[in-house]
Amino acid sequence: MNAFVEPATMPGSGVAKGEVLLSVANVSLAFGGVKAITNISFDIRKGEIRAIIGPNGAGKTSMLNVINGFYHPQEGTITWRGKARRKMKPYEAASHGIARTFQNVALFKGMTTLDNIMTGRGLSMKKNFLWQCLHWGPALKEEIDHRHRVEEIIDFLEIQAIRKTPVGRLPYGLQKRVELARALAMEPELLLLDEPMAGMNLEEKEDMSRFILDVNQQFGTTIALIEHDMGVVMDLSDRVVVLDYGRKIADGMPEDVQKNQDVIDAYLGVPHEE
Amino acid sequence: MLYREAGQFKTTYDADQAIFPIAQDRWAVIAFAAIAFLVVPFFVNDYWTNAVLLPLLIYGLAALGLNILVGYCGQISLGTGGFMAVGAFASYKLMTSFPELNIAIVVLLSGGATALVGVMFGLPSLRIKGFYLAVATLAAQFFLVWLFNKFGWFYNYSATGQISVPERTIFGLVVTGPTAAPWVKYLFCLSFLALFGLIAKNVVRGRIGRNWMAIRDMDIAAELIGVRPLQTKLSAFAFSSFYVGMAGSLLFTVYLGAVEVTEVFGINVSFLVLFMVIIGGLGSILGSFLGATFLVLMPIFLKNFMVDGLGLLPVLAKHVEILLMGLLIMGFLIVEPHGLARMWQILKEKFRLWPFPY
Repeated sequence: MNAFVEPATMPGSGVAKGEVLLSVANVSLAFGGVKAITNISFDIRKGEIRAIIGPNGAGKTSMLNVINGFYHPQEGTITWRGKARRKMKPYEAASHGIARTFQNVALFKGMTTLDNIMTGRGLSMKKNFLWQCLHWGPALKEEIDHRHRVEEIIDFLEIQAIRKTPVGRLPYGLQKRVELARALAMEPELLLLDEPMAGMNLEEKEDMSRFILDVNQQFGTTIALIEHDMGVVMDLSDRVVVLDYGRKIADGMPEDVQKNQDVIDAYLGVPHEE
Repeated sequence: MLYREAGQFKTTYDADQAIFPIAQDRWAVIAFAAIAFLVVPFFVNDYWTNAVLLPLLIYGLAALGLNILVGYCGQISLGTGGFMAVGAFASYKLMTSFPELNIAIVVLLSGGATALVGVMFGLPSLRIKGFYLAVATLAAQFFLVWLFNKFGWFYNYSATGQISVPERTIFGLVVTGPTAAPWVKYLFCLSFLALFGLIAKNVVRGRIGRNWMAIRDMDIAAELIGVRPLQTKLSAFAFSSFYVGMAGSLLFTVYLGAVEVTEVFGINVSFLVLFMVIIGGLGSILGSFLGATFLVLMPIFLKNFMVDGLGLLPVLAKHVEILLMGLLIMGFLIVEPHGLARMWQILKEKFRLWPFPY
């Protein structure tokens, strides 16, 4: 089922594979006197898996929040698909193809799995209010068309059995998977994953890693992920950027970053000698 | 044993997404609607219509409207009484200014006027949440009642400050005023409730309803997947106020006929409707009806039981009734905090497995 399929059309065409999809230039973000991010620049290329790592409080999540418009940086520019911008509302970022998941699961707890994922399709549903009142004819057809797309994602992530379960009742690992499904339902060009494997056991981590790779390969989605499990980061990612105290201390291939002395000092550390 | 879905296979998403996916439910609802529309009108008399059925239908509509705002979109409102007053006074002004206007259209337009007012008072909801929003809507309650009491234009400068309804007909039948037949009033209100109940169900199971629930459950995540908070919240305020306004309009035109704003649309109405929603079940269309039924019928039942059954003095019975209602509400909420709708759901799930629950 998960056979490798070369994506015929990359979502959000316009940027070819391997070119810069998003670049962040000299971005600084401060909350009052607290500098969360200081003068950071890096880029994300189309089709890659980009990891952002660093110790707690390094500004990783703030960086994601800047990218999808939740925080507005005081300085610097963000170039998305070749267009520079400084400010953007979150729903604009969403409609331009940036989706994300959250560190602490942010699902809609009172709704079923199906409804949660359907909510992710909201942006591409166009029928107006009066059609919604009727729920018939074109509105029903639209609803069912989108249901088909959602069912594809449900199949892809193997969550068929919990379709009608309110997500509040699901175990943590599955909630994380539903959250990924909801982000995928938006058919994003760039997917931001904030610690997708936090608090998971080994088996769940393996599943999630496989899903991330499959999403990247089958849908051609560009992925930026924050993760603390170094094994996962080194295996999954194409390039890694390392932050510490709001500054960038390294950027490059996983193996290079692993050997970088600054990164070892700030974050990775060394194995204890026996 | 009778209530089983075994053997009912769904082969389309259409069938899977139906309002009543289980055939027994579907037939029960059709039968219920048939009785309500075709049988009951032949038996209703003045007492049943005025004491039981009309309040039930009208408060059901108001509770439905409030449930959309509180239960589906998560925005608490204590302004229901004020919004119902807007509906009532809009109908009065429309009926006196445009005597040719059909009463059904008057009710709809009153709902529309209330929706506009609702949006205005919903604007603070972008910045304030929870209890603070409740206080802001409470201001709407007091302001609107004061407004309709203060300025004579709203009640056409009548000496008493009351507004009373002129006679209006629909299909040649008198609906409003003292000469209206009970069954006409009943059918008129029932039609509104049935039609707009269906519309509400359609809206909440579509894109707009999901956006409302997304805002309710996790507003930040909702924003990041492309739900616009301001539009979504204001649409909930508008839709909800539309229903509440229609309920206010029906309350004035069909049920009471004459209204004095401070008496009929006070703060206690806001609380009554809010209690209906909470007891019935937040975020459930059925719950709005169950809550309205409970809070309208229970006092009548208690009064009849105590006065006719036990022979208590009416005044004493009234006091005991208030006491008992409070106890009952507390009891219900302890047993099932999610309201009557959840109780009903659990009952159905049990019944599906009965008699072999394992």
